[in-house]
Order: sequence, then C-alpha cells, then structure tokens
Amino acid sequence: MMIDRRTVTQLAADLRARKVSSVELVRACLPRIEASQPTLNAFVTVTAEQALAQAQAADRELAAGRGGPLAGVPIGHKDLFCTAGVRTTCGSRMLENFVAPYDATVVARLKAAGAVMLGKLNMDEFAMGSSNETSYFGPVRNPWNTDLVPGGSSGGCAAAVAARLLPAATATDTGGSIRQPAAFCGVTGIKPTYGRVSRYGMIAFASSLDQGGVIAQTAEDCARVLRSMAGFDPRDSTSVDIPVPDYLAGLDAPLAGVRIGLLKEFFDTGLEADYERRVREALAVFERLGARLCELSLPNIPRSVPAYYVVAPAECSSNLARYDGVRFGHRCRNPRDLTDLYKRSRSEGFGAEVKRRIMTGTYVLSAGYYDAYYLKAQRVRRLITGDFERAFAEVDLLMGPTTPTAAFALGAKSADPITMYLNDIYTISANLAGLPAMSVPCGFAGGLPVGLQIIGPHFAEQRLLHAAHRFQLETDWHTRVPERCA
Amino acid sequence: MALTRAQVEGIAHLARLELDPAEVPQYERSLSRIVDFIGELERANTAGVAPMAHPLPGLAQRLRADEVTERDEHDLYQRNAPAVASGLYLVPKVIE
Repeated sequence: MMIDRRTVTQLAADLRARKVSSVELVRACLPRIEASQPTLNAFVTVTAEQALAQAQAADRELAAGRGGPLAGVPIGHKDLFCTAGVRTTCGSRMLENFVAPYDATVVARLKAAGAVMLGKLNMDEFAMGSSNETSYFGPVRNPWNTDLVPGGSSGGCAAAVAARLLPAATATDTGGSIRQPAAFCGVTGIKPTYGRVSRYGMIAFASSLDQGGVIAQTAEDCARVLRSMAGFDPRDSTSVDIPVPDYLAGLDAPLAGVRIGLLKEFFDTGLEADYERRVREALAVFERLGARLCELSLPNIPRSVPAYYVVAPAECSSNLARYDGVRFGHRCRNPRDLTDLYKRSRSEGFGAEVKRRIMTGTYVLSAGYYDAYYLKAQRVRRLITGDFERAFAEVDLLMGPTTPTAAFALGAKSADPITMYLNDIYTISANLAGLPAMSVPCGFAGGLPVGLQIIGPHFAEQRLLHAAHRFQLETDWHTRVPERCA
Repeated sequence: MALTRAQVEGIAHLARLELDPAEVPQYERSLSRIVDFIGELERANTAGVAPMAHPLPGLAQRLRADEVTERDEHDLYQRNAPAVASGLYLVPKVIE
C-alpha cells in the first residue's frame, strides 16, 4: 500500500477541496497501522470504529461547506491524554483497563476542530523514560532502524509520524519527551511554554514541568495543530490566560536580523562529532537567511539534569500516590489489609523505572533531606531560569543540538539510570524554566536523523515556528522517510 | 553516598511499595547512583536565591470561586473501580 506523505496542511486543503474524503484517508491509514504493529508497536489502542464514525461526520460537515480547521484530518493521541470511552493506559499495567470517563481539554479541542482520532500512541510508562523501553505494552522501535529506540517518552508518536502512519500526533514533554523522540525519528516537535496548553485530562507526572504539544512532519503543521490546542482553560489552574496568536501568520516573513545565540554548554561535553557537524551546518543556513549568530554561556545549565532528577521525581512521588488500588487502576488479589492492598497493588501495577522515580522522590522529600535536595534543587532551578532571562535580553532565540547522539540500540542504556537520564542533557533546562522549545530535523549522522533544538523566551512559540518554517523552506530533511516505510 | 538495604526498604515502605527481596540490591545500586548524582547540587552557590516552585515567575496560581461546577458522575467514575457495592468503594476491613 502506498504511504501518504501529505502533511496536515495539504490534507486539510485536499479535504476541503473534496479531492479526498476523510473516510478514504482513515481506510488507507488503518491497514498500514495494523501492518506496522508487529515491528514498530507505535500504538497501544487503535480506535478503528470510532475513527470511521468521526470521519463520516467530518465528511458530512465538509460536504455542507462547514467543518473546523482540521476537519477530517487523521491524528493520534499520546496514551496519557484521557479520551472519553476509550482505554487510556499511560503505558502502564496500573491503567491497563482504565477507560477515561471524560476527554482531556486537548482531545476535546482537537475533536471540535474536526480532527479524527485513529488511536492511542505507545509511550514510556507514565512518561518516565527516554527510550520507550519502559512501556508495559512493549518497546516502540525506530522506523529508521528497528534495532534502535525511537526515543521517549513520546516514542509511539514520533515513530508513527516518521513512518507516515499518521500526519501528526499530540504528545507531552516533561524533560524532553517531545523533542528527543522527534530528533531520534527525524520529525518536527514543539513543546510550548508551560501553561500554554491545558493539562486538564493529561495524566500527571511532574506538574510544574509537564506540557502538551505536537509532533508532526513540519513546523507549519505544528503551528496548525497547536493553534487548535492552545489557550486558556479554566479547568487547569496553571493554564495561562493570554490570547493565542495565529501561529500560521507571518511564517514566511524574512529572518533577517534575528539574533540567534549558541549555547556554549550544549557544544561542550559529550556531543558526538558528526551530530555537531550537522547542527553547525544548520546554523550556517540561518546565517545565510540573514540571522546573526553569537555564542553565549549559561553557567548554571550543566546543573539542569541533577536539579531535574530531584524536582521531577518529587512531583512524581506525590502525583502517583493517587494509585491506591481503591478508586481506579490495578488492584492486587486477596489483600490481607489496607496496607497490603496499597503496597501490592502499586508494586504489581508500576514498572521498575516508575518505582525508582517514586522512591527517589520519596527520599528527597523525606524528613532531614528536604532542604538538602528539594529546596536546593528549586534554588538551582531559579539560577537556571535566570541564566535564560539574561540570554534572552541579548538574543531572540537559542539554538543547539536536541540530543548528544543519534538514536541508540534497544537495551544499550537500560542498565544504568544515570546513563539514560543524561540523554536529556540538552532538553531538560527548557522544562525547568518553562520555556517553549522545538526539535527540527537537520540532517543525518551515521544514517540516523539529527535534531536541531530551538529555544525561545516564554510565549514565543510563533518565533520558534517561524524560524523552523524558514529553515524547512531551505532544506528537505523533514521530507525524508525511512526506506522501510517508503 | 551508598544507601543501605534498610534505607531502601524504609523508602519503599514510605512510598507504599513492596519490593521483591531479590530486586532490593538492584534498587540499592541504582538509587545510590542517583543520590550521588543529585548530590552534586550541593556545590552550587545558592546563597540568597529563593526556591522556585512555579516555572512562570510573576504569574500566580489562579483561584476559582468556591462553587459547585461539576455534575454528580459517580456511576460513571465507579465503572473504573476494582470493587464497589451500593455505590461504595470496597476496601479490606480497617477496624477490628
């Protein structure tokens, strides 16, 4: 079966022009997803019947000259967005049979925009992982080489878009979970400013860091989908009441005069030589487009990973305390008493990495350690945020690599948690500071995709999307498709 | 800093997790590694720096009016419960 390389932008236009129907698109996507499952395992649940019903409804709207901006466009949701009446597992045995009673705001808004949900995408358990190997439903594999990981935690989203199983997917990013898999799979991903996209119905991992976003083929598609997702939501107390600009407006404007800072610390340690070459070539493209480049040093950035591995596990241990085997989620058999019920339900329901993070968080929050770890990490978090504030007084955007290396082999980093955590060394700082950040395909190292990371000040999504779009008008890395999928 | 077996078991108990005795050494190793790694923060000079709990400085957490805004969806929510009877969640006997 022919793969559909059309972007969200092209599909939305073709649907509106009635060159194709949504039902035809869904009927073409479903068998390809089915065929890809044994190798890629990108989906936890495929919602074929609902997708066809939604597609029929979209086609009726389009035929009547109505329909939202994404009418009839097939998409997927990371399996931590609650979907009413559809199983929502968060990649965990704990929620293996959990049927969400309501739609996440992101899901409801995309439904209202006319998008058709094809299914729920595989992910690291509770979004805790950088390789998609911690999923209870088995690892996702990288479409560029199925011996390799797709990155994580939004591994299913990135792999599905890379294999062109669907044109776009929602995803979330707590420490790099959109950008790192987007880089590993050669697709485009945006993590918006903290508070820009509602977290209502998004299963919580670390509430001061979690943010929903998009993985798609192009920056223009990210803009198109984000436009329908973003905005104030009274149901999320951290949602920000600032108007959402039209992310599609001004994407083609010239880049001349834009000031781009290169983070010295991102090029210092551990960055693989070929990866660095591709990133520097990408920066040269921006220079040709009239941007001005300068090097900046943010001295507190190297402390991002240790600070994150205090703050995120602390919030995780508190958020995941709700899984008690009583109201929803896995429950052990024949509990002796209430403590036994809690302990065994949680131990059977959670995988090893989730337990490790709950225990790390419990430790750093416990009496006698709270000041030394948790408060200290929050102080370091302010130092890191201050570094960024100073940088954005001098430049419009920061750029660098998304990851230190291209995708690695399954199992290569699972033995030691610190080795795995250091994968997110370039992505974590944006989450600590709440900044919007993207990953854009910028070439290949050893035959594997390389990601250019773009970071901006709070609420500068439009600036990021603009720079990424101009780059994609000059290059074709984002159009490359893995050979096995072509 | 190496965590002892007793410390790991103590943390697991606080987190209401029951570790298989065979897996405790693995958590001892990995948690000790993590504690060493985050211990690096000690070297950061944070004198006079206020802790940062919210990533958007200057934007305070909103409060809403204390009004009932949700419908009673208790049947719907209890469909996900492992054990219910007569609209109540069932747990093992707590009081002898």
